[in-house]
Amino acid sequence: MTSLEKIAREIRYKLVEMSHKARTGHLGGSLSCVDILVCAYWHALKIDPEKPSDPDRDRLIFSKGHAISALYACLAKRGYFPEKDLDQFNEEGGRLPEHPSPSCVSGVEWATGSLGHGLGVGIGMALAARLLKKLYHVYVVMSDGECQEGSVWEAAMFAPMHGLNNLKVIVDFNKWQATGRSCEIMAMQPLGEKFRAFGWRVKEIDGHDLEALCVTMIDWMDDDPRPSVLIAHTIKGAGISFIQDDNNWHYRSPSLEEVAKARAELEIK
Amino acid sequence: MRNAFAQEILEIARRDSRLIVLSADIGNRLFDKLKSEFPSRFYNTGVAVSGFCPICYTITPFITYRCYEQIRIDICYHEMPVVIVGTGAGLSYASLGATHHSCEDIAIMRVLPGMHVAAPADAQEVKACLRAAINLGKPVYIRIGKKGEPVLYEDVPDFEFGRWSILQEGSNVCLLSTGNMIANALESAKRLKEKGVDASVVNCASIKPLDEDMLREIFNRFNLVATIEEHSLIGGFGSAVTEWAVDHRMSANNLIRFGTKDVFLHQLGEQQYARKQHGLDSDTIVGKILNCLAGV
Repeated sequence: MTSLEKIAREIRYKLVEMSHKARTGHLGGSLSCVDILVCAYWHALKIDPEKPSDPDRDRLIFSKGHAISALYACLAKRGYFPEKDLDQFNEEGGRLPEHPSPSCVSGVEWATGSLGHGLGVGIGMALAARLLKKLYHVYVVMSDGECQEGSVWEAAMFAPMHGLNNLKVIVDFNKWQATGRSCEIMAMQPLGEKFRAFGWRVKEIDGHDLEALCVTMIDWMDDDPRPSVLIAHTIKGAGISFIQDDNNWHYRSPSLEEVAKARAELEIK
Repeated sequence: MRNAFAQEILEIARRDSRLIVLSADIGNRLFDKLKSEFPSRFYNTGVAVSGFCPICYTITPFITYRCYEQIRIDICYHEMPVVIVGTGAGLSYASLGATHHSCEDIAIMRVLPGMHVAAPADAQEVKACLRAAINLGKPVYIRIGKKGEPVLYEDVPDFEFGRWSILQEGSNVCLLSTGNMIANALESAKRLKEKGVDASVVNCASIKPLDEDMLREIFNRFNLVATIEEHSLIGGFGSAVTEWAVDHRMSANNLIRFGTKDVFLHQLGEQQYARKQHGLDSDTIVGKILNCLAGV
């Protein structure tokens, strides 16, 4: 097992624990983007958890705010705040809301939770980098269901127009939304072709292949004048057999027995 | 008003490199100078730009109702220093139809936590208001008219959020007005004078926050206070004054409100015609005030 795989497994287990303890849903959508976030925070992003406000840092806008437990767990493990603070997830008076508030904890760049905002915000930050002659990159993680928002496509028209190649979007295409298969609810596909027609550089990838994600996030996304979108094909609830691809986990939280079962599957000591 | 806005934007852009203008497909010639001097600081769209002071500008309904959640979350929730300027507010574009009217914008903007709301009276005050908004460094919404409004101030007046200015002193009734209805309030005061009624007229350009010190003084001093605005009676400036009066145990019996009715206007006409349909012409205003004073 590589070190990134080990980190991803530990984070997955942490998410199951958090969902159990806080009695929160959205576990499936959190699990689907773990590998993307691990590659971003342990490999691609130029960041220093000691300097979360460094004006030259790379930014990651986590636009699918309902899955924020995944980002909280990554930020804590990466050293932005103590891991024990994850116990405050959805706790009354705690620091970690079920959808993030502005600067609720170090490392959260933007308050999200209403879908369709992150891309416009990321574009603003990418444009600011251009105007300030800064070299930082802006990553935006969106969900596939989120791509049904009109605001996504307004923003998608702007970025290529202004040559924002410092903008890197990753769509966590886990094929589900709250009430069903995303492609059966809206004409999502061909999603890549839609972005390509809007002037984006597009690549489709297995969103759970850590090695491919790492290589692509760094190498592929850096040598083109166009903004990039990586369509990461993922599985909702990925990594835990009784959760993956079962959309009941959009709302459910695991029982104590299920937490133990997940622990055994993930081989967490 | 909009020409004064564009002139002032150019002046401020020359001094303040943080200023970025985001327009939404209007002002084709209005920003030509800005675009030629600072091509990287004018964008024909609406996005958040961090580290700058974005000025977002287009016709009022399209910069308020259309993108309300972006204003609520991405500007107010994050306390971003963004100045939103709605042009052609109220019934300025009356003849273009109700799609282009905006008589609900004050209501939805002032309810947002952290938002500041202003309606300058004329082209001179637009400049003052814009300077104050940029200096404030917080979310601001400014509603302005279009062009050709009467000029009330010879020079750029003082403007401060939470401070109003008395345009004329009187003793029988106090007219509180805001934005492009101030000229109408002054006209009403003139006509009241002819009827022997002495009216104060106050320019209430700062709608949120209100000038509470002045409100207290006014409610203590006058037996009749009238609010006059080109906005719905629901949720606008008059509502804000009423809320304040009730919260501060001032007598709401002393208050009369003029604003647009709770309807979409289907009758076609220019601004003055549309105002008349809503009872916002000085004939109606003067008549109702005289009736109130007579205890009718």
